[in-house]
Amino acid sequence: MTKAFKIVVLAKQVPDTRNVGKNAMKEDGTVNRAALPAIFNPEDMNALEQALRIKDKFPGTEVLLLTMGPGRAADIIREGFFRGADGGVLLTDRKFAGADTLATSYALSMAIRKIQPDIIIAGRQAIDGDTAQVGPQVAEKLEYPQITYAEDIMDIKGGKITVKRRLERGIEIVKSTMPVVITVHATAPDCRPRNAKQLMKFKHARTLTEEQDNEHNSYLPLYTMDYLKIPEWGVNDIGGDEKNYGLSGSPTKVKKIENIVFQAKESKKLTSSAEDIELLMQELISSHTIG
Amino acid sequence: MANFYKDNKDLKFQFSHPLMNKIVALKEQDFKDSGNFDYAPCTAEDAIDSYQKVMEIMGEICGDVIAVNAEEVDHSGPRHENGRVFYASGTQQNQDVLTQAGLYGMSLPREFGGLNFSMVPYVMAAELVARADAGFANIWGLQDCAETIHEYASEEIKNEFLPRIQCGSTCSMDLTEPDAGSDLQAVMLKASYSEKDGKWYLNGVKRFITNGDAEIKLVLARSEEGTTDGRGLSYFVYDKSWGGVTVRRIENKLGIKGSPTCELVFSNAPAKLVGDRKLGLIKYVMSLMNGARLGVGAQSVGISEAAYREALKYAHERAQFGKPIIQFPAVYEMLAVIKAKLQASRTLLYETTRFVDVYKAYGFIAEDRKLSPEERTESKQYQKLADMFTPLLKLMSSEYSNQNAYDSLQIHGGSGFMKDYPIERIFRDARITTIYEGTSQLQVVAAQRYVTNGSYLAQMREYEKVAVKPEYELLKKEIAEMTDQFAKAMELIAGKDNEYIDFHARRLVEMAGHIIMSYLLLIDCQSDESYAASAEIFIGKSKAWNDERFSYINNFSECRMNSFLAVKGETVTEA
Repeated sequence: MTKAFKIVVLAKQVPDTRNVGKNAMKEDGTVNRAALPAIFNPEDMNALEQALRIKDKFPGTEVLLLTMGPGRAADIIREGFFRGADGGVLLTDRKFAGADTLATSYALSMAIRKIQPDIIIAGRQAIDGDTAQVGPQVAEKLEYPQITYAEDIMDIKGGKITVKRRLERGIEIVKSTMPVVITVHATAPDCRPRNAKQLMKFKHARTLTEEQDNEHNSYLPLYTMDYLKIPEWGVNDIGGDEKNYGLSGSPTKVKKIENIVFQAKESKKLTSSAEDIELLMQELISSHTIG
Repeated sequence: MANFYKDNKDLKFQFSHPLMNKIVALKEQDFKDSGNFDYAPCTAEDAIDSYQKVMEIMGEICGDVIAVNAEEVDHSGPRHENGRVFYASGTQQNQDVLTQAGLYGMSLPREFGGLNFSMVPYVMAAELVARADAGFANIWGLQDCAETIHEYASEEIKNEFLPRIQCGSTCSMDLTEPDAGSDLQAVMLKASYSEKDGKWYLNGVKRFITNGDAEIKLVLARSEEGTTDGRGLSYFVYDKSWGGVTVRRIENKLGIKGSPTCELVFSNAPAKLVGDRKLGLIKYVMSLMNGARLGVGAQSVGISEAAYREALKYAHERAQFGKPIIQFPAVYEMLAVIKAKLQASRTLLYETTRFVDVYKAYGFIAEDRKLSPEERTESKQYQKLADMFTPLLKLMSSEYSNQNAYDSLQIHGGSGFMKDYPIERIFRDARITTIYEGTSQLQVVAAQRYVTNGSYLAQMREYEKVAVKPEYELLKKEIAEMTDQFAKAMELIAGKDNEYIDFHARRLVEMAGHIIMSYLLLIDCQSDESYAASAEIFIGKSKAWNDERFSYINNFSECRMNSFLAVKGETVTEA
């Protein structure tokens, strides 16, 4: 008999920094979120695909998305549904606001304790912060083993999970017990497309807050279906020490933000003569560019 | 990151057409499926919202997968090995992603795993695919075969084959033979019934079969021994797993190279009869052909869209004489005309699609209950409109896709002639559209009866009744004058012999096409004024095109026919 698993995919809604235009930054150097569309963090999408592949292989497996953010981050849960996930939880609470990676991983780990999954899969890093810290910190807080830079979750047998890691100088195949935290690299296969039937089934899924907010085009009779209700969890739902959440749980302090404008300096023409090359070498050494 | 649906507001516009609510009502029948299928809509608004959201999936796959693969697919093409066909890797990926997304079987009822979508999003999907890769559009479009099975086959065959469409089973329609191309009455492939096991067996050769190694085939074959015409032909369904069909070769083509065109040998291939004997050509193939022609219409519009975008991009990028070439009248006129022809053919495409949608929906309702007299009248009316618009659409849109690809390549100059830009592929891919599923010449034959019996003229007069805003009155008057001129041209050929009418038929059919598309663009302007530029350009050009055709017919005296007839006496001689 094949076993089924409970998988949590950690996903983040991020500003799309891949197509940065002129208005991407505000005058004060902070990100202008209005000019950048909010998207599903790309490597989290690779993570979702790995989870769905486990579900394909082990029917009955449950794939849940866990995301922390403001109300609009419910889009992440819906996107997960459209691609084949079974459910999701939106961690949202004013007390989470201002969280750095430490406070974020604390909140996620508290929610994971409540869900009790066998496998936690996340993207390696998010394109807004590029820290790659949240996945490993979640593992540390839960005292679970962690496998980073995963490219392929190859197999699960006898309570052990086999994972291929993509490293700088090659690949590594490792085995771990479960529960385990796995962070997935962008070289892993792309996520499958949204499925038409899943989309039509779950397009009405929303949180209670969204339902109360009349901006959404509501088909009220449908909201009575349980599968369309996206749970919202706050500090009271996941417990833990309040001072570890949000700003108070975040030791990272931003000292200064500078707006860097790349400018091309005047160009210099050099011949291929030994003298010119010698001069250039001296200049580069004295400016500590090389040496 | 491209989305071919979201970047094109002309597509979303189609969902706002007033007829859409009626179409949804006919398709969904009081939303009876909403209790049984969790993905079925519960209101018209819900259904149209789903159409759009699913088109967003389609648009994303077309932009991010199919279009990206198009160049590799064009270069490597399918492989022929041991009597079988293997797709190029990009083609296979396209197929797999579309299957995973649950997009195959979009128009089939939910009981067979379909989405029960209206024809409008179904045709739009074909347009989107064609913009991304016109060759792949054939593999996608051949799911039309499922429509024929759904319409005419027994419950047993429907249950056996239709649920496989959503799983990505590919289809082919096997009609053409070496000696039966435009003239399908000459089909020779033999179907014989074996009394021993009560099965049909097929023997013979088919040629130029698109996607010929498909899993599900519809085959036209001669079931009535001793007959020589269309009345001896029946229609069969064949499953690849039954064996007996091999691919003898695949063709090396000018364009749509990713789509395998096969020569097939049938040796004792078992098959099942679809519908009734002897109705193969005269009923089923004719219906399938109408669907296929609508498909080529969608493919042509998709190609025109691709050609327009390539031309526009290049004309902005390329600078000569100190400025981007789009600044020169010779270039911007070409671009504006490409766009006008594109939008004109698109408005004709979706008008035709809506007509097909309504009468087909009535057809399926009639399977469950008797239609009321009003419903029957309406159904017939829409069927007639669909029948008269389909050849007009196929003719005009395919010719425009070629003209647009030609002009787009011209705007690229020398670079367009090189293999470096997508336009050379688009140009080659466009070429087939005026040829297959009935050549332009055959579309004229199908359309000319609606010229001579006054149907096109009557429909023009209907469009003339639509109220327009004051600023469009002048344009409307111009089209009304063109309509009068068309009526006069009809009088000029009235009572003449058939050969004389055939000789001028294309001119007359094209005049009708120009006028109908002019009206449709004018009507579009009433709800979205962004169509005003294309309407004005298209109406202006149409007037000139029709003046030329009218003048030719008007000044033509029958004795001039002799100069044309003279060519029949010429032969090719070698020195």
